[in-house]
Amino acid sequence: MSCLLASGLSDFLGDAVDLQVQVDAIGLGAIFALMAVGIGLVFGVLRLVNFAYGQLIMAGAFALAFASDRGWPVWGGIALCFVVVIVLSLAMERAVFRPLRTQSPAVMLIATFAVAFLLQSIALLWFGPLGKTAASLAELNRPVTIGEVDIRKIAIVSIVTAAVCLGLLMLLLNRTSLGLHMRAAAMDFQTARLVGVRANLVSAAAVLIAGVLAAIVAVLLTVQFPTVTPTFALRETIIVLAGVVVGGMTRLLPATLGGFAIGYVSGLLGGALPTAQSQYLPTFVFGLVILVLLVRPGGLFLRGRAAVERV
Amino acid sequence: MRAARGALELAAPVALVTGAALLGALVSRSTEIYFINALVAVSMVVAIYVFVGNSGVLSFGHISFVAVGVWTAGVLSVPEQEKPAFMPYLFDFLSDTTVGNIPSLLAAGLVAAAFALLVGLPLMRLSGLAAGIATFAVLEITNNILRYYERVGPGLNTFSSVPETTDLRQAAIGALVVIVAAFAYQRSRFGRQLRATREDPAAARAVGVSIYRQRLGAFALSGFLAGLAGGLYVHFLPINVDAVYLDLTFITLAMLVIGGTTSLWGAVVGALAVSALDSVLANAENGLELLGRTLEVPAGTRIVVVSALMALVLILRPSGLTGGRELSFDPLWRKLRAS
Repeated sequence: MSCLLASGLSDFLGDAVDLQVQVDAIGLGAIFALMAVGIGLVFGVLRLVNFAYGQLIMAGAFALAFASDRGWPVWGGIALCFVVVIVLSLAMERAVFRPLRTQSPAVMLIATFAVAFLLQSIALLWFGPLGKTAASLAELNRPVTIGEVDIRKIAIVSIVTAAVCLGLLMLLLNRTSLGLHMRAAAMDFQTARLVGVRANLVSAAAVLIAGVLAAIVAVLLTVQFPTVTPTFALRETIIVLAGVVVGGMTRLLPATLGGFAIGYVSGLLGGALPTAQSQYLPTFVFGLVILVLLVRPGGLFLRGRAAVERV
Repeated sequence: MRAARGALELAAPVALVTGAALLGALVSRSTEIYFINALVAVSMVVAIYVFVGNSGVLSFGHISFVAVGVWTAGVLSVPEQEKPAFMPYLFDFLSDTTVGNIPSLLAAGLVAAAFALLVGLPLMRLSGLAAGIATFAVLEITNNILRYYERVGPGLNTFSSVPETTDLRQAAIGALVVIVAAFAYQRSRFGRQLRATREDPAAARAVGVSIYRQRLGAFALSGFLAGLAGGLYVHFLPINVDAVYLDLTFITLAMLVIGGTTSLWGAVVGALAVSALDSVLANAENGLELLGRTLEVPAGTRIVVVSALMALVLILRPSGLTGGRELSFDPLWRKLRAS
């Protein structure tokens, strides 16, 4: 469906979109898809919309900046990034998500909102509003020439990484018993517990996988935007959240497609349209979110109707 | 007995706000700012409470009504000759009109109420998570339009040269007006019907309450009060579009949650307590004399403390400091009678 959308859109925009912009847009879409999986997976198991997901990515990006500041080798920075993000995710799960698991989704939403601001303000306190630079992977921004077009390496790296991650995740969910437990919990948490799924295990596993994805996204995003500030990845997270809702947040695949589509479209429009027209992009994106919530509450990419509370 | 309880329900928040205002009148001019800020925060939080507290539906969108109030009151009350300086692209009818303080506040409330009604017509059918996300989308859209559409306001510029009429007195009167309106609403039959839908939607429906209509009414009223609070805000400080966006949404929601979402008393206590804490920390960021020692904390500590406090309250006491109840002496009396 997203391919259909993509080709339709590029027809619509005509020759204004060349292959280079296309590949960049797909690269951005791939990163957004990874974020969508991270948000969708936690939502699936815990019914919790994680507003603080962007701040996890921000923390990872600061770890990378710290390492490149100290002149650490590239793998050292990436390792630090993974450690920081994973520790932070698990701490968040243990301290906030787990005690609030029985509360209503709205309370959990507010709680993650609070965590998001907490992490952001700690970063502000620690690194100041101007932030730091993560430059160790800047080399990936250079283009390689394939045929007659210049393509930035990072676009290719993003696409390949996303494909590999999603493939591995599919294997995990469909071929292992942990995956089975997680899918059961996503369908019906209470019943899954009754038949022996360990609640704390699946919730920690979901948060852990989401954390690993956040660390990967942090690495990919710092290549494109090397200046790391406390609001790093905030805009992207809000947009991905919109994409997840539009795609359909109750199932992982539609959520991922939604994230990809919104990343692809905003990459395409950002590259093709002049600022005067693209500045109202958020209005259209969030207008679409409201429309989808009202008309197809289950999401665009989901067959059938999902049960949504209505009055 | 019932009347007495009702009187206390109104008197307690009123007394608290009046006390804060009187205290503000005693302190130095530079400290007075914090009191005015706290009183404006009370009007915003109580405005949000009117909808969120009574309906139990989460809204991230109320700061967009505050923003609409800021824009309305700001654009209307800047003197005509000052307007071209920072709002060169205004519609003619806006650049040719200037109104006084009170009319600008009323207009702020009315325009925000109309906007809330318009937004609420489709959105009030949603509940729970969907409502939270949809209202968040409203915040994003409003912010995006106000940021770039310069026919209706200053865009990214700051609202300079708005007459600074929100002094301590106006802030206090504004907060009291909002509190009285919230009280009158929650004691009215509409308020009671909405509260019934919050406690048990099925039972409320069974006795003939239209959840949609009650929510829509509360949303519009709450939008009016939020717009009014926005008017007070722009008459107090020269602000821009970033002042009425995510940070303010977070801090006002934190105030409401920390105080206790489901009571007027909780909204007022939360707003004043968090404001007080915030002011003390703001002072401490510049070095604060406390009990003979200088307390100094690094800049940015305020939001760390407030957000940590909010997370803690949610985990340990999800119904807030006041337990989401109105102030009542009933338990005390019962104890006295028993002894």
